[in-house]
Amino acid sequence: MIETEAEKKTKKVYGEVYIDRERCKGCSFCVEFCPPRCLELDKAYNAKGYHPPVLARPDECNGCDLCGLYCPDFSIFAVMVKKDGRGVS
Amino acid sequence: MHADPSGVLTGKHYLDGNHAACEGALAAGCRFAAGYPITPSTEIVERVAARFPFMGGTFIQMEDEIAASIAIQGAVWAGKKAMTVTSGPGFSLMMEHIGLAAITETPCVFFNVQRGGPSTGLPTLPGQADMMQARWGSHGDYEIIALSPQSPQECFNIAIDAFNLAEQWRVPVLVMMDECVGHMTERVIIPKAETIEVTERRWTKKKPSDYKPFEPGPDLVPDMAKAGDGYHLFVTGLTHDERGYPVMNWQAQEKLVHRLVNKIRLATDKIVRFEEEDIEGADVVVVSYGITARVARRGAELARQKGVKVGRLRLVVVWPFPEKRILELASKVQAFVVPEMNYGQMVLEVERAAKGKTNVVCVPHGGGEVHDPQVIADAIIRAAKRSS
Amino acid sequence: MNDKQENPVNPYLRLDRMPSIWCPGCGIGTSVNCFARAITQSKIDVKKLAIVSGIGCTGRVSGYLNFDSFHTTHGRPIAFATGLKLANPELHVVVYSGEGDLIAIGGNHFIHAARRNIDILVVCVNNFVYGMTGGQVSPTSPEPATFTTAPYGQFEEPFNLAYLADSCGAVYIARWTTFHVRQLAKSMRDAFGKKGFRFIEIIAPCPTLYQRRNRLGDGLDAMRYYKEKSVVKNGAETKSLRIDFQSEITVGTFVDRERPTFLEAMNNRFQKALGDKYTPYPLGPSHQPKSQPQAQASA
Repeated sequence: MIETEAEKKTKKVYGEVYIDRERCKGCSFCVEFCPPRCLELDKAYNAKGYHPPVLARPDECNGCDLCGLYCPDFSIFAVMVKKDGRGVS
Repeated sequence: MHADPSGVLTGKHYLDGNHAACEGALAAGCRFAAGYPITPSTEIVERVAARFPFMGGTFIQMEDEIAASIAIQGAVWAGKKAMTVTSGPGFSLMMEHIGLAAITETPCVFFNVQRGGPSTGLPTLPGQADMMQARWGSHGDYEIIALSPQSPQECFNIAIDAFNLAEQWRVPVLVMMDECVGHMTERVIIPKAETIEVTERRWTKKKPSDYKPFEPGPDLVPDMAKAGDGYHLFVTGLTHDERGYPVMNWQAQEKLVHRLVNKIRLATDKIVRFEEEDIEGADVVVVSYGITARVARRGAELARQKGVKVGRLRLVVVWPFPEKRILELASKVQAFVVPEMNYGQMVLEVERAAKGKTNVVCVPHGGGEVHDPQVIADAIIRAAKRSS
Repeated sequence: MNDKQENPVNPYLRLDRMPSIWCPGCGIGTSVNCFARAITQSKIDVKKLAIVSGIGCTGRVSGYLNFDSFHTTHGRPIAFATGLKLANPELHVVVYSGEGDLIAIGGNHFIHAARRNIDILVVCVNNFVYGMTGGQVSPTSPEPATFTTAPYGQFEEPFNLAYLADSCGAVYIARWTTFHVRQLAKSMRDAFGKKGFRFIEIIAPCPTLYQRRNRLGDGLDAMRYYKEKSVVKNGAETKSLRIDFQSEITVGTFVDRERPTFLEAMNNRFQKALGDKYTPYPLGPSHQPKSQPQAQASA
């Protein structure tokens, strides 16, 4: 989904994604099933030769953590963060 | 520590071996049993099913022996003492899980009331043909402890010993009865609970952060924990390290197997048990176990009447085998005579342990009936003649 | 991205054994993720949680989950779990294994534990193949997929696992694919709140041996197929839940009923037969009356 700059300014909650690049096996579930499609496979390799994901469009991440739920290797998860820096439970 | 009185039927009883074995297990503190009906062992679990409800025990008749032999291991890891009961065909089915108990060092007791084999064989008649299977039946290298009672009273006593040995050495322990001992009715005296010594499980004193389930103590036996106490146990049948984590290389294999095997082998002197009669100055020693030992006693009497100096050695703990004693006697006697209700199983151990120093005579029997004592006597007499 | 944040499922994992042996795109890890979320949401005492698994790729789950883990022999985790639960009813016992382990070699234990209503949760990952041993046919393999032991294509009738569980009396039966992560986590959470023999079938990809050998792409392709071809039909007749090769997959919660568990029935019977002489055997926390269910949290 594409937001206008005005919408982005008023958004109170966004997502932060944490990726364990070396644990990832490049299966692409997270990329495929991220609803706003803000993940992409990195062109770079990790040590094992897999392409881990990167958060290509961080502004669009809403912290739903579907990527975390899909990951078979527990190497990605997202948290919802309030714009003032405090986390969302 | 002493037996829990709720399981001790103190008094003078007239019981068959199967019933006595059940009472022994209860006295030892067994509170979980899983079994599958198989002649001639079924009475043990029948009595357990009737007695358990009065002492907080659970009995479940599982769908097959494979299930029974592993359900008891689940119960052990939940914290209870557990046993299963079977005969030949079921014993064969249980082999995989005896190996599992050995590699996971799960203390549990298996009763095998032996019958004529192989296969379906002679369900209602005695045999002693599972003795080697008891030692070698599962795949891989491992050690077990096996005992052989010769009377209903001994079924009671040895059942308690079996549980105690299992807890002390963290091994599966096999009670190798036979249909004759199981179904013969004799006087059984069950003492007061406070006089019965029961070995408590070797619970670890360590906290979860320091505890490793397979870290051995000085006797090569690890201390134990149970599920539900926050120990994050990892128990696997795969070759594992001290944390219980599978490690797939030859070094881990060597380390683990070496300890599992030596745990018993190096403690053989502490574990073996046998009874001797008239050994001093004997020319021929009859080595026997189980019901055959009682028949052999008569056979020895008959041979003595013909002038042979006969001694008797009765194996109570059959595995580990008392190699040392046999070797010692081998240089003193002219022959060992080994009657057994099989076509030569423990006799192979006697031969091996004797290291060729003396004659070893096998008195085999296909099973189905105990030996005729005269047959044993004749073998003793022949053995004495041959050597003189 | 700062490193201070830890993956919330980390405490449930044996981190020193990561990464797992599962192939890229294997669905087992995804199912474990859902399981971990379900545990957090259901608020069960994880100290009392025991995982029992058998042999196979899914059997490795117990090794990666940091609870009391029991990795038993092939086909027998349900029998082991029976002993574990009956000896200590305080434990929450979960059997987590594959369809080959639980239904082929373990079939006998499966049907009897269900019949007896032993209070365990059985999570069965069904990937239609024996993966660990290199891709042999399994009881759910559909015609005409090929396997190393069915090189010209499977021709046997596949088992309908939900139907089997239903006919044996399981009190909770659900099936989801690894695409349905939220529903799966919820199902697992619901199952934690019930007592008796609960069965959750999880359709998962085996990219290396099922997908690849049958030219179906990889794990992602399987997930896309699940997304496209799954139909949610809660309460559907279990008889209708057959899965054929790349066919429609009916998912949902199919059975949710109550009947006395093994221990309840045992206590009942002994009380009737023995009266005051019998002290009831403890049933454990799963048999205690439930408080209001947790509101569905964000996962």
